[in-house]
Amino acid sequence: MMVGGRSHAAGAGRGRPWTFYALAGLFGLFLLFLYGPMLVIYLLSFQGPNGGVTFPMVGTSLVWFADIVKPGQMANIPASFQRSIALATVVSLVTVVISVAAGLGFRRRFAGSGVLFYLAVASLVMPSLLVGFGIGLGFRVLGLDASLFTSALGAQLTWTLPFGMFAMFAVVNRFDRSYEEAASDLGASAWQRLIYVTLPILMPGIIGVGMGAFTLSYDEYARTTLVIGTRNTLPLEIYALISSATSPTLFAIGTVTTAVSFMIIGVTLWAIYRIQRRRAASAPSL
Amino acid sequence: MTISAESITIWVRQRRCVLPSWHFSPRAVSWLQVSPLALILVVLFALPTVLFVVVSFFDYDRTGIYPAFILDNYRELLTTPATIRVYVSSLSFGVTVWAITLLLGFSIAHFLIFHVRSAAVRTVLFLLCAVPFWTSGIIRTIAWIPFLGRNGAFNQIVMHAGITSQPLDFLLFSNFAVIVTYVNLFTLLMVGPIANSMSKIDPALIEAARDAGASRWQTMVEVIIPLSKTGIALGSILVFTQVMGDFFVVKQMSGGQSASIVSALSNEIQAMEYPPASASAVVLVTFVAIMVACMMRVVDVRKELVK
Repeated sequence: MMVGGRSHAAGAGRGRPWTFYALAGLFGLFLLFLYGPMLVIYLLSFQGPNGGVTFPMVGTSLVWFADIVKPGQMANIPASFQRSIALATVVSLVTVVISVAAGLGFRRRFAGSGVLFYLAVASLVMPSLLVGFGIGLGFRVLGLDASLFTSALGAQLTWTLPFGMFAMFAVVNRFDRSYEEAASDLGASAWQRLIYVTLPILMPGIIGVGMGAFTLSYDEYARTTLVIGTRNTLPLEIYALISSATSPTLFAIGTVTTAVSFMIIGVTLWAIYRIQRRRAASAPSL
Repeated sequence: MTISAESITIWVRQRRCVLPSWHFSPRAVSWLQVSPLALILVVLFALPTVLFVVVSFFDYDRTGIYPAFILDNYRELLTTPATIRVYVSSLSFGVTVWAITLLLGFSIAHFLIFHVRSAAVRTVLFLLCAVPFWTSGIIRTIAWIPFLGRNGAFNQIVMHAGITSQPLDFLLFSNFAVIVTYVNLFTLLMVGPIANSMSKIDPALIEAARDAGASRWQTMVEVIIPLSKTGIALGSILVFTQVMGDFFVVKQMSGGQSASIVSALSNEIQAMEYPPASASAVVLVTFVAIMVACMMRVVDVRKELVK
């Protein structure tokens, strides 16, 4: 996000001021604060078969991980997980296409740009449950049934699109328009300019938007809960589990989610790194 | 993927006939580019909002809702002491959490941008802050239960260290637990925008302030804070609206001592009492909109974001 060439850390080479040590200490404590409870649930997810959701550990086992993959009476984790992944994939693709287009469109002032901007801000800050409530009411009025790829998809887009749009502003702001002018001067049509010049240059940012939208969708709860219909996504299924009975299965889900997150982050960074390296290697003149 | 002028020329020659070349005015192109976004926001956000504003004036009974124009839903809502109580409680959570996340988020952003010298280390540290964000908020919330509980990890640690002989009871299912959870969930929303603003500050400005004899504190107050105010405003809006819109954390962590505005509202929705739920939604939205408008007055967010 902030991998700039210039260094803001003034005074390199001189000794560190005392504020550095104070803030470094604070940062360390903050990380402890972020990860402390997470470490507890990673640990408790290996709870023995007779153990509960709190300490002490009664032996160690993997039964709670096994629990995730078998459909239980309370919740069907594998099926809801598949639904969540499918929904998050669609949400992330739609968000990328629409917010990239909007990010490019917002580079010029156009009539109504202010209204659209504030509409997006409003959609972002609207209490989440109310978005779902409104859409749910609308479906009821129209006599439609709520379902995964209609109402739930729509409710999530009201959340991921403004985020995608703001992220694209940051990406587009750093884009040097002289590349586009060069392409036009060389006779490229608008399409050619977009497909062979603009999009490839913006690609690392676009991948970031896609990953962000995927995550937001995968974790979304409050906007989706009133418009999901009869078959839950994973966060809703987890919520149902919490309300009925608490078992270390929840913690096992948390452990797996974190492991998968680290994998996705790793793959994304690797992809962005590859693109940048290939670019550096093939365009020495720039 | 290459972007050298030479390769662009080659592509252009090869593809000249393949792709259509339409001619629109630049403004029409912008409109076309933003139209899918506009369509979705209007259909899925603006219209449903208008709908519950309309429904808030409707009449209802056990069997259904009836078109009408009555103010009873608002009158009932605004004259119930419980409404005032829940707004005061949510607002005090909002202000407390905002103050804590602002101080914490500003310090962390400041550390990452101005104190960490290597860009690679900065990226790694930033990712370390971001990773827990990838885990479901529900799981991150309940993760505090085994940590703060009577036999929880924190009590074990302080008792082992001999700081206290009795387990501390106020830690879990209390306002304290709610605030801790909020801060844990939302601080990153403050760090991100502030760090983004700070990374745009020209280091020469800070150097100039120092050369002109400004103390570290003066540089902070006169240079860094004014130039970070976009990030501060954005982060504040995000954190504040998240707290006001929450209905899971308070329910789960306060142990029934406090309610949130939205959890009261969701009870009405579950009872299919749509008109009073709508009225309460309208009041909440108005409240949040006023707060956000006040924060946006501090800084022209649009001018800062769209150049």
